[in-house]
Amino acid sequence: MKLIVEEAALWMSVQDRGRYGYQRFGLPESGPMDWWAFSAASWLVGNQPMQAGLECGFSTASLIVDCETLMAVCGAGYHLSVNGRTLPMWMSFSVRKGDQVRLQKVAGGNWAYLAVAGGIQSETWLGSRSTYSRAGLGANLAIGDHLPLKYTTQHTHSAGRSMPTHARPHYQRDPLIGVIPGPHQERFSAEIFDLFWAESYRVSTRSDRMGYRLTGARLNHRTGPDLVSQGMMIGQIQIPGDGQPIVMMPDHPTTGGYTSIAVVSRADRPLLVQAEPGLSNINFRPVSIAEAQESYAAAVAGFQNHSDNEEDLWLHL
Amino acid sequence: MRIKSEPSPRLLPVGEFGLLIDWGDTVSSLINDQVRALDVSLEAHSLDGIMERVPAYASLLLIYDPLVLHQSELITHINEHLSEIQIKSDHNIRQIEIPVQYGGDYGPDLASVAAHTGFSESEVVERHVSGFYRVGMMGFMPGFAYLLGLDSELETPRLKSPRTNIPAGSIGIAGQQTGIYPLDSPGGWQIIGRTTVKLFDPLSDTPFLLAPGDIVRFVESDGGSPI
Repeated sequence: MKLIVEEAALWMSVQDRGRYGYQRFGLPESGPMDWWAFSAASWLVGNQPMQAGLECGFSTASLIVDCETLMAVCGAGYHLSVNGRTLPMWMSFSVRKGDQVRLQKVAGGNWAYLAVAGGIQSETWLGSRSTYSRAGLGANLAIGDHLPLKYTTQHTHSAGRSMPTHARPHYQRDPLIGVIPGPHQERFSAEIFDLFWAESYRVSTRSDRMGYRLTGARLNHRTGPDLVSQGMMIGQIQIPGDGQPIVMMPDHPTTGGYTSIAVVSRADRPLLVQAEPGLSNINFRPVSIAEAQESYAAAVAGFQNHSDNEEDLWLHL
Repeated sequence: MRIKSEPSPRLLPVGEFGLLIDWGDTVSSLINDQVRALDVSLEAHSLDGIMERVPAYASLLLIYDPLVLHQSELITHINEHLSEIQIKSDHNIRQIEIPVQYGGDYGPDLASVAAHTGFSESEVVERHVSGFYRVGMMGFMPGFAYLLGLDSELETPRLKSPRTNIPAGSIGIAGQQTGIYPLDSPGGWQIIGRTTVKLFDPLSDTPFLLAPGDIVRFVESDGGSPI
């Protein structure tokens, strides 16, 4: 009962919902870059949020299955095929022993998620299977790696179940990202905020699972970039001394000493992580806390409305 | 002792699911006491939906689930706790002793710290082990503690050129800070010694040796056990 890595993507790791409660000790939550696509794939095969799937980023991956099971692939910038036959993403499908599942990198995004019924049974570290290779909690996957699966005779869900378009993220090449200003907005002048709302930014190739570095109009501080180190969370847009934003991602440092101009709303974070380096033009718009919370509630309601009986578990990702 | 939180911190939203309680830009034991007291108070009287409490030198970041806990409820809860927080008396504070082999291969920069400070190597060690260091915050890497309380006469700037690999357990000085590397890592701190104690062990029931608020004492070890 396993998946065998035949071709490894540049970034390829096991992730579940994330590891919570340890940021006070310097350990970030990890978990998927695109929480929405990960959750959708898991939901399509009947998995719970703490069951692990596979994250593939930036290049093609291929896997061999050694058993019969149910799978789903969600995300952007990938083309799915089984034994060379194209299959739609955002839909569950059956595989048999010996099948080759290929996630081919194409334009339109960076990350895709493969969920397998029952979840990947890799090692658990501090209550989670999410990979955090920087501290040796799992590692980026390589050719020949075996990922143990759970033996399930009966699947609660059947092949052909799909996530309707309106319940998926609305990925765009040039996304408009909702952000909540702060927590250090007083360190930036009104003119700098005008610039931040007006200018578009690009994702630098120096981005990774810790942070997305953006390039564009320089955002100067009123009184310098530094502050006394304080807790820092996912989505926070930090502005270091060079005025170029860094958006915190799941493997982010848990504390930081630079001011932050705004925080990306959770509902729009998937659009940002799928923005393509050197290609996508990213713009920002201010949203209120209430608006951001409503967008997030609407996103997770997509899982609730189409779920058979496990609504509650999907509400709180 | 029950006291009112002074000075009053500001409550700043961080996105739609974070709240920063911010005491400002001063790094002091007095302010850190306030942070610690609120953190302890919230640990004892938690609210459903608080997912993370991240104390720092002069702030406490709370990460919460907005589908479970409304921001206004959280703010009310925080204000209640801030209005009357209890500074823990000393006997409640954990004191952790860390055996260190100073100098030699374990502390390649002990000589340069001595040269910079004008002390002999043994005087540097003597001053370093005499300190009571409070874990003011954790971060940078899992298990890394930012320690308050370095003897100001031991302050030494970082290396001009960082090392590509500093072994786990290395004890360093950087400016006014002293700390222990929990993992092998590149770094620019002046390394004066090393401990065999694990700061981060993901397979242990207690994966982190230190926690915010602990007091750390360094104890010179003769190197009886090989590193």
